[in-house]
This record gives sequence, C-alpha cells and structure tokens, in this order.
Amino acid sequence: MAGEAEDGPVLEAVGVSLRFGGVRALTDVSFRVNRGEVFSIIGPNGAGKTSMVNCVSGRYRPTEGGIRFEGRDITRVPTRKRAAIGIGRTFQNLALFGHMTVLENIMVGRHHLLRRGFGPGMLWWIGGARREEIAHRREVEEIIDFLEIQHVRKAVAGQLSYGLRKRVELARAMALKPKLILLDEPMAGMNLEEKEDMARFIIDLNEEWGMTVLMIEHDMGVVMDISHRVVVLDFGRKIAEGRPEEVMADPHVRRAYLGEADEVVQEPDEAPAETMEPTAP
Amino acid sequence: MTAMTPAGDFRSTYREDMTIFPTRMSRYALWLGIALLCLAPLMLGRYELGLLITIGFSAIAALGLNILVGFTGQISIGHAAFFGFGAFASAWLHEYAHIPVAFCIPLAGLMTTAVGLVFGLPAARLKGLYLAIATLAAQFILEDFFARAPWFTGGVAGRITEPFALFGWRADREESYFYVVLAWVVVMFLMASNLMRTRDGRALVAVRDHYLSAEMMGINLAYYRTLSFGIASFYAGIGGALYAHYLLFVSVEAFNILFSIQFLGMVIIGGLGSVMGSLMGAAFMTLLPEVVQAGADLLAGSPVDRALRLGASISFLREMAIGAAIILFLIFEPDGLARRWRLIRAYWKLYPYSH
Repeated sequence: MAGEAEDGPVLEAVGVSLRFGGVRALTDVSFRVNRGEVFSIIGPNGAGKTSMVNCVSGRYRPTEGGIRFEGRDITRVPTRKRAAIGIGRTFQNLALFGHMTVLENIMVGRHHLLRRGFGPGMLWWIGGARREEIAHRREVEEIIDFLEIQHVRKAVAGQLSYGLRKRVELARAMALKPKLILLDEPMAGMNLEEKEDMARFIIDLNEEWGMTVLMIEHDMGVVMDISHRVVVLDFGRKIAEGRPEEVMADPHVRRAYLGEADEVVQEPDEAPAETMEPTAP
Repeated sequence: MTAMTPAGDFRSTYREDMTIFPTRMSRYALWLGIALLCLAPLMLGRYELGLLITIGFSAIAALGLNILVGFTGQISIGHAAFFGFGAFASAWLHEYAHIPVAFCIPLAGLMTTAVGLVFGLPAARLKGLYLAIATLAAQFILEDFFARAPWFTGGVAGRITEPFALFGWRADREESYFYVVLAWVVVMFLMASNLMRTRDGRALVAVRDHYLSAEMMGINLAYYRTLSFGIASFYAGIGGALYAHYLLFVSVEAFNILFSIQFLGMVIIGGLGSVMGSLMGAAFMTLLPEVVQAGADLLAGSPVDRALRLGASISFLREMAIGAAIILFLIFEPDGLARRWRLIRAYWKLYPYSH
C-alpha cells in the first residue's frame, strides 16, 4: 500500500536498549512512526517485539535510549499518564476486565476523559455525573457500532468468545481516543473470517478515525497487505525497515524471518560463526 | 449470557438504560419493600425491630467491606476495628464537642475515613496475604488504642452514648430509631450503587480484574487502592456510629477480630462484588443464629433430646450448626446469595421453558 502520510513522526524510538540482568531483549533499536501510518513490527518469536511495544506503552523502561512521542521525550513518563498523552494499546494475551460487561469495559477506556470522581459519582443526579456518563456513552456507542458488537453490549466480557473479546479489547483501546494505538497481535488465534474483519477494522480506524497504528503481527499476509511500513527485529536488533515489499526482498530478513538459507555474508564482527557455509566434514 | 430483560422493555434513551434497578417491576418491588419497612414499627415487636436495626448497621459496614474486598479485590481483616472507631468517634464527638447526635454520625464517618486512609496508604502497595497481615496489624493497633485511650473510649469501663436526637425529636426506642437506620441504609446503598456506575467505581473493579491494563487505561493503582480503603472506612464508621447510638453503650472489647471475620463472612455469603449482596449477607448472618436458636429450643426437651441425651450439648450444636451452614454455603453457592437470587429470578422468568 502506498500513500503514507508524511506529516512528521508521531513516535520515535531512539537507540532503545533493554536488558534484564544478562539478557539483552533489545539492542540499539531506532525507528520512527509517521502520523497516519500503519506501522508493523515483525520478527521471529523472542525477537523483542512485545518488549519494544512495552517500552512505548510504559510497561518497561529502556535501559538505554529513549522514546519520543510527538517530539516530547516520554521515556520516564509512567504508564498511567500515557493514556492522556494519546497512547492506547491492546494486549497479546487478552487483558479485559473479565467480570465487567462489555459496555463497562469500554467505558473504562474513557477514564482519563471523564472528570466526575467518586464524590459527584455517588451523588449521580446532582453534580453532573449522569450528564457526563450519557455524553460519553453516546461516543462509546459509536465505537460499538463501528466494531459491530452491539449484540454483546451487556454481556459479561469474560464469557465471550475469543474473537469477540479481541474486538472488545480493540474497542476499549479506541475509547481512549488515542493518537497512536498499539496492537499486540490483533489477529492471533483467529480464523480467516475474523482476520478479514479485524484487518478491515484496522484499516478503518487508521483511515476514518485518524489513529496511527503500531502493530505486531505474525500473519505475513495481513502485514504485507495493510502496513505502510514495517520494521523487522531479530534477536533484539533491527535488521530492516521500510515498505513491506522492500523489506521482504531484503536477504537478511529472508534468512532471519523466513528461515531461508543465507547467501549473504554478514559483517565479520557481527557473528562470524554463522557466516560459514555448512560444509560436510 | 446477555442481561435478561422482559419482552417489550425497550429503552429509547441512554438515561433509561442506566438505572440501578433495570426493570419497572424491580423498581415497584423496591418502593413496595421500603413502604412495608416503613410500616414495620407498627407491626413488629421491639425484638424483631432490634434485629432489623442490627441488619441495617451491619449491612452498611458490610457494604463498605464489599467495596474494598469484592469490588477492588483488596482484603481486610480489620474492618471491625474501623467499625468500632466510628462508634467511639460518634460518642466522643457528642460528649466533648456537644454536636447533636444526628451530625455526629456523618462526622464519625469522616473521622474513620481519615484513620482508614492512614492505614490504607501503606496498604495500597500491598496485595493478598501481605495486605491481610497489614490489616490485621490495623485491627490490633486500633484495639490497643481503644484500651489505652480512656479520653476517647472511656477505657475498660466503656462509654455511654446518647440516643439519636434531631431538633427535639428523640429516637430512643426501637420504633423510632428504626427509621434513622432505614434512612441511612437507603442513602448509603444508593451512593454505593451510583459509585459503581460511574468513573471511579469502574476504576475500582478494573484494578481488581486486571491491574496492568487498568494502568494502561490511565488508572492510578495506588490512588484507587487507597480510595477504596477510605470508602470502606467511611461505611464502617457510619455503621459503627449507628451501632453506638442504638446500644447506647460502647465497650472496648466488642470490636475484636472475630467481629471482623463476621463482616468478611457477610460479604462472602452475600456475594463478593454485589451491592445488594451485602444486605443479604448481613441479614443472613444476623438471622442465622436466631433460626438455629429457635431450632435448638424446639429440640430441647423433645423426644430426640431425651433419646440422645443431648441436654447441655444443644448449645454446642447451635454453634456447630452456624459454622456448618456457612461452610455448606461456601461449597454450594460460592458466589453468594446475590447470585442465588438472580438464578431464582431467572428460573421463574423462563419457567416452564428454561432452554
């Protein structure tokens, strides 16, 4: 897909490294996500994709390097303040509030936009809590319509099917009104039809709702079809960045991600042992 | 499973869709129930009214504990100490500040909130067993304080309290005090129901269900854990103050850990995370000993008693029956009376086509 909106970066990762003790989850990863893009992070299992997203969402703090959002350094901003900045996310393993209804789950997404706390809340009729709830309910219903989950609005989230729960999680992230939405494997475990629906939703929330999308996804078909740009991670390092078709043509990527035999010789100081051709002894 | 609404019940505004009691029938039932309760002093004796009053102030305190344990997922085994603090605070306010009792009750609630926040601040960083031990510490610290602060509690002698009075109207008998407790129960339950359908109530449940994604939604975990502690203490304080002006005597020994566990029992039996469940649990725990006592009275001197030579053991049987009832309850209805009530209603709604 062409036509990326060149409007300056929304998100910049600048030399991000992340270590857990001796384990290097990320090493010097830099990339930028432009406004209006669908940007995907791909890579084999354990490549550090989710770690990277966790650095953006505030779950992890990079050991070195930084994260900039709309030009502002947010490396040290706590997670709970990133919703108000304009970052929303879904999780790889479902993270809904299992005992709440779908509607309540999505309304939690409005938390940082609602002003009436427990005092006016308890008084409901006086103090404007009801008016505020109704106003936000109206906006939330638009998201519910968009994602076609009207029929489960009052259902308890924990009792829904997997595909529906994924959709509710997306609705909750959308309710935050984020400028940047992080989707951690939005299509994992879905059947073809559900994947097609989800791909449509992602395109629409990008084009119609104007959200920039940063996505981790394993389904290469989807990634190729809907991403404007892609970054490839392998063992915590960035090995390629660019348009999907460029990236897939990159021999490093073919070797690392698609498991093809490597015909290119890597830099000698990188990993000399791996560059040797398998020869019969 | 979606919410069951009767056929023909269409909501055309969001406002209609946000009511506490979802159907017209349930609202009528509520008004009828309150009207019947208003007539109760005309029909019931003092003893039965006393039981209703006990259910009332226990339910308020249990609701506070339910907000903490059931909705926020934090544990507390020091609730009775806060209940006691509210009782003493109300009595003390009246005696030393000469504030009318009607105003002492909410002020005692606020004082208890302040104390609860002091213990709640460290508790906001703890979870599970560690929090249980921390609240146990609160229980013992407060109990010790009651015993060592005669200026506040009257020391070992306890403190005599004044009956409720407002503009010359004295509620010193069960018949009149009943209305005071009823009004407080209605107000406190409405406030809790309102809380649970607005921002901060949802945030509390979000903290319980999935704190990581709650944080991603912009929810400050420490703030809401502390807030929950504060609200729970407020409810405990109000319940305690109502208790103090009913019994007209507050004793230091009353607010021990067993009493705290009794509150936990009310919340668990009534239904964790259910506002109305708190009322059901309080009623169950208050009435169960009465029912068992009635059974024991029937048994005493009966042929069964003579055949088995039970005699004095009947009182032990009574204690055991209470314990057994609670255990059976936890096995067969772990989600509490509130859920059982929903199932019964659903059964009759769908009868005879239950599938």
